[in-house]
Amino acid sequence: MAQAVNDTLGTDANTVIAAPRTSVSEQVLRVVVPVGMLVLAIIAWEVYVIVSGTPKYILPSPVDVVGALAVGWPTLLPSLWVTLSITFEALILALIGGVGLAIVLVQSKWIELALFPFAVVLQVTPIVAIAPLLLIYTPNTQTALLIVAFLVAFFPILSNMVQGLKSVDHNLLNLFDLYGAGRWQQLIFLKIPASMPYFMTGLRIGGGLSLIAAVVAEFAAGSAGAGSGLAFRLLESGYRLDMPRLYAALILLTATGVAIFGVTSFISWLVLHRWHESAVRREN
Amino acid sequence: MAIIETSSATPSAASTSNARPVVTMQGVSKVFSNGTLALSNMSLTVEPGEFLSLLGPSGCGKSTALRIIAGLGAPSSGTVEWPSSTINAKGLPQGDIGFVFQDPTLMPWTTVFGNVYLPLKLQGMRKADARPRIMETLGLVGLADFAQAYPRELSGGMKMRVSIARALVTDPKLLLMDEPFAALDEITRQKLNDDVLKLWRSSGVTVIFVTHSVFESAYLSNRIVVMRSRPGQVFTDIPLATSATRSDEYRTSEEYRATTALVSKALQDAIQAGGGAH
Repeated sequence: MAQAVNDTLGTDANTVIAAPRTSVSEQVLRVVVPVGMLVLAIIAWEVYVIVSGTPKYILPSPVDVVGALAVGWPTLLPSLWVTLSITFEALILALIGGVGLAIVLVQSKWIELALFPFAVVLQVTPIVAIAPLLLIYTPNTQTALLIVAFLVAFFPILSNMVQGLKSVDHNLLNLFDLYGAGRWQQLIFLKIPASMPYFMTGLRIGGGLSLIAAVVAEFAAGSAGAGSGLAFRLLESGYRLDMPRLYAALILLTATGVAIFGVTSFISWLVLHRWHESAVRREN
Repeated sequence: MAIIETSSATPSAASTSNARPVVTMQGVSKVFSNGTLALSNMSLTVEPGEFLSLLGPSGCGKSTALRIIAGLGAPSSGTVEWPSSTINAKGLPQGDIGFVFQDPTLMPWTTVFGNVYLPLKLQGMRKADARPRIMETLGLVGLADFAQAYPRELSGGMKMRVSIARALVTDPKLLLMDEPFAALDEITRQKLNDDVLKLWRSSGVTVIFVTHSVFESAYLSNRIVVMRSRPGQVFTDIPLATSATRSDEYRTSEEYRATTALVSKALQDAIQAGGGAH
């Protein structure tokens, strides 16, 4: 969206004849502007902390945070690994489950009707609220966290995929009937490709939510000690008023979120950029 | 002279000397689930090599009739028979029908080549085996250079050509066209009309062409079936023994003018019979 707006900037009536431009300087600016803003904000933060003399236990400076990250690395890294593995295991399970169930659901309206109440009940229940229950039912905390993160990521993927599988051009369905295509052919050559834009939306939402769920569920579960994820490191640092380390843990979470967003957006672009309006540059 | 020209214009139809009709509809009625009676007791026999236009006011069931012939939706009563084709389990002549919808109805996620490959892929043909046929068909519609383009990169007329290529790639006996050029501009439409005529002449395929344009039907067909609405059925059947070479000269000829006048009159009568204009 923002990209599309950028593309049309500066094309008023007087410059109509100008050649289509994706000039080098514009491409450089596209990177320099957002990165520059970020760097400026960090410098402003550093300067504010130094000038105002704010103590570390209230607001650490960026330099302090980087230091805490370096010092705390031996404890933060295993925690990051735990959070990452819960997030990605949950996402992969949610992808398999969401897409698989969506395919089953669209096969027959009776299957859909039969499973509809369960889907609604599970979807409207705040999943984190069942974390205490899951802690009782599951052998260990990690499993409970995995289930919560899975359930949270599962529904956007499921509902987008169902919507996508149903949003097939009726005449294309007619065409497949005309050529005597079987159910499998219809699914693989028509319904799944047609649902890709919807699937990609589900993937991006699900990817972000699985990280959020992995953190929030760990808060709710109150796990502690070795084998804990970044959420526990956040709480622990908070109790100790070790703000630099709290910020360091937070930065790791943010970086993970940005990485997930980047990877899922890239996958989406890779699949859709040749044909779908959402990923194609607008040129007028 | 005109009649001799017409028969020589469809060589394969004449040479097969197979007088059996391509498809016959017997007393076909269609009632939709909302209670609308779209077709009532419609009978039609389509001979090999014909270019038949189904002409009628909107809502006369011409598209419904075409879809029933294609096997998309069973008739509520009556029969559709294929005297000269082998029939599959669904009662349809396997691989003998090509269908061109009003919209190009292309798969946006694959290339022009992929779209034309589709009918062959569904028949289980490997891509390497299908390639020569696909490229040949794309050549016929003048799109050989665009095989690797995606549908969104094409103009409306080019998309329609891809759709026609896809319908022709299985080398069907019967080509069904459902108002294929209604959404195109006049210039593109005339060009495509000429191209369809050329394809029809060179391949000898039988065409059923649904349109609401008197001029289009008179230009293209050698038989016009005018339909009426309420109930939808055949109103009149007009054979056109006109000269086979249709070009810009034909568009301005006295013969063409007389034909359009005749067909217009028939259409007006059909509209009157169906309870006046909508």
